[in-house]
Amino acid sequence: MTTITSRLRVRGQTRPPRSRPRSDLRAAAMFVLPATIGFVVFYLWPALRGVYYSFTDFSVLSPAEWVGTDNYETLIQDDLVRNAFGVTLQYVLINIGAQTVLAMGLAVLMHRLTKSMAVRGALLLPYLVANVVVALTWFWMLDYQIGIVNQGLDWVGIDRVAFFGDSAWAIPTIAMINVWRHVGYTALLIFAGLQTIPPHLYEAAALDGSGEVRTFFKITLPLLRPVLAMVLVITVTGSFQIFDTVAVTTAGGPVNATRVIYYYIYDLAFTRYEFGYASALSVVLFVVLASVAFAQIKLLRAGESDLA
Amino acid sequence: MAVTSTAPDTVPTTSTYREPRRRPAFGRLLAWVFMALGLVVTLFPFYWMLRTALSNTRALAANADSLLPTGFTLGAFERVLGLSTTAEAIAQGGSGASVNFWIYLRNSVVVATTSTAGQVFFGALAAYAFARLSWPGRDKLFFAFITALMIPPIFTILPNFILIKDLGLLDTYLGIVLPTLLMTPFSVFFLRQFFLGIPREIEEAAMIDGAGRFRVFFTIIVPMSAAPITTLSLLTYITSWNDYLWPLLVGKSESVRVLTVALGLFRSQTPQGSPDWAGLMAATLIAALPILVIYAFVGPRLINSIGFSGIK
Repeated sequence: MTTITSRLRVRGQTRPPRSRPRSDLRAAAMFVLPATIGFVVFYLWPALRGVYYSFTDFSVLSPAEWVGTDNYETLIQDDLVRNAFGVTLQYVLINIGAQTVLAMGLAVLMHRLTKSMAVRGALLLPYLVANVVVALTWFWMLDYQIGIVNQGLDWVGIDRVAFFGDSAWAIPTIAMINVWRHVGYTALLIFAGLQTIPPHLYEAAALDGSGEVRTFFKITLPLLRPVLAMVLVITVTGSFQIFDTVAVTTAGGPVNATRVIYYYIYDLAFTRYEFGYASALSVVLFVVLASVAFAQIKLLRAGESDLA
Repeated sequence: MAVTSTAPDTVPTTSTYREPRRRPAFGRLLAWVFMALGLVVTLFPFYWMLRTALSNTRALAANADSLLPTGFTLGAFERVLGLSTTAEAIAQGGSGASVNFWIYLRNSVVVATTSTAGQVFFGALAAYAFARLSWPGRDKLFFAFITALMIPPIFTILPNFILIKDLGLLDTYLGIVLPTLLMTPFSVFFLRQFFLGIPREIEEAAMIDGAGRFRVFFTIIVPMSAAPITTLSLLTYITSWNDYLWPLLVGKSESVRVLTVALGLFRSQTPQGSPDWAGLMAATLIAALPILVIYAFVGPRLINSIGFSGIK
């Protein structure tokens, strides 16, 4: 420490201050070294290995064996893969659809009604609790026999629903559980976006006699587009990766009704020890997610604002 | 609630716009009703966790429609914390298997604390190099770091599992924290954004006075960034505390099992006919409580961080 300091002191005296063309390579190397090791060992290298495994037959117990594109050929004809993508897509559509609309509603309500920290704090609460906790709590509340929700349905005279046991209900149920967890967070993101819209636009709209609904569709929604686009890119990508809730409630069932992509990959790798095949499926998932994100950014023109 | 829309207390701050005069109070009332409904739906499950955890599992079935605890007892908490005898546990609807959530609580604290400390410390070092130092390859490496944000975790989890297994680190704390200990793309990205905003003049003045880069970093940059570093630490701690898949794969054994993994097991171990709901809800509350306590203290800071981080 002392040597470094004294060397710099000399340099500081001989060099004119403020001109700094020299590279800070030596200091920089010390600063980025730990993180770079972490990046190479736990992100870059495994990503490359994952691609390699996808071309092998690998059961963990014996070394990986190169099989070319076999895994990908099997994958195309695997009914469970098709099922996994179908089920996941259904989940994403329900989850994102409901979540975005509800979050938008909550954000506008907050924007118009209250700046209260307590309200925002309460809405964010579910997001801070672990997926596992949320899943188990709803698993209990939605229990067929003695769950409070089915009890409530009884009170209003509707037939009880086997939320997790009925294959038609399982995915919508899991999707709505995660809407409950994420809607407050998404609402706060949109709320932050709403606050960037200049108030004078609303004043002008009000002066011109524009009503609530018209103001929302003509001013709020168009000006919110870049924020909404980013929110959608983040939430859709996250939504495709549904795992925890499925793992602790239905474990893929009933039959394969909730065997989402993530769960199927997990199942392949850790209960059937088909690491090569599981890797091939995760490569496909990566490509799908990257394409979806790219398409969203293009379609929603996420980078541009109309607030010029 | 019957105030007109031009009353001062309904038009609070500059970014809310003044409403047209003829807007009926009725609409505003309706809006409040929706908001209240949203809050009730948000908060009710937390109440229900508590209500169930304070009940006797054997009494739950007969009183499914009771909004208050049935057969009020702290037995469920005693049961999952290993404080009651097998006979007591079974009498109240427990499975009788010994569970001790103290161990899992300790494991979660160890894992979340270590991984937060590492991620924030090494992330801050790297973020500073990316924000402030000039060196060849800087922008390329930063771009590579950020690209890692795009990779779905499952893609690296499979090879990382093999790596941790080959290193003989399965069922160790180190195995659980290692992949995120040295860096996460988010921590680097988050702090770099903030460091970029610190005026260069302050550092340059210190350097003219002879301070080295490390001294500048620890005596000027870190203290100036106390707020974002705290926010990042909180976000990292919560993320780590709530993580499930990775610890499920590498930390199944009881000595390192974290709360989320233990909860999943507890649920799958409950006998099919009569799950120990009170025990399960007591355990979920124990798992959620530390985060809720942290939140009670730092809520506004976390809430305000949403929007400008926007990405977590």
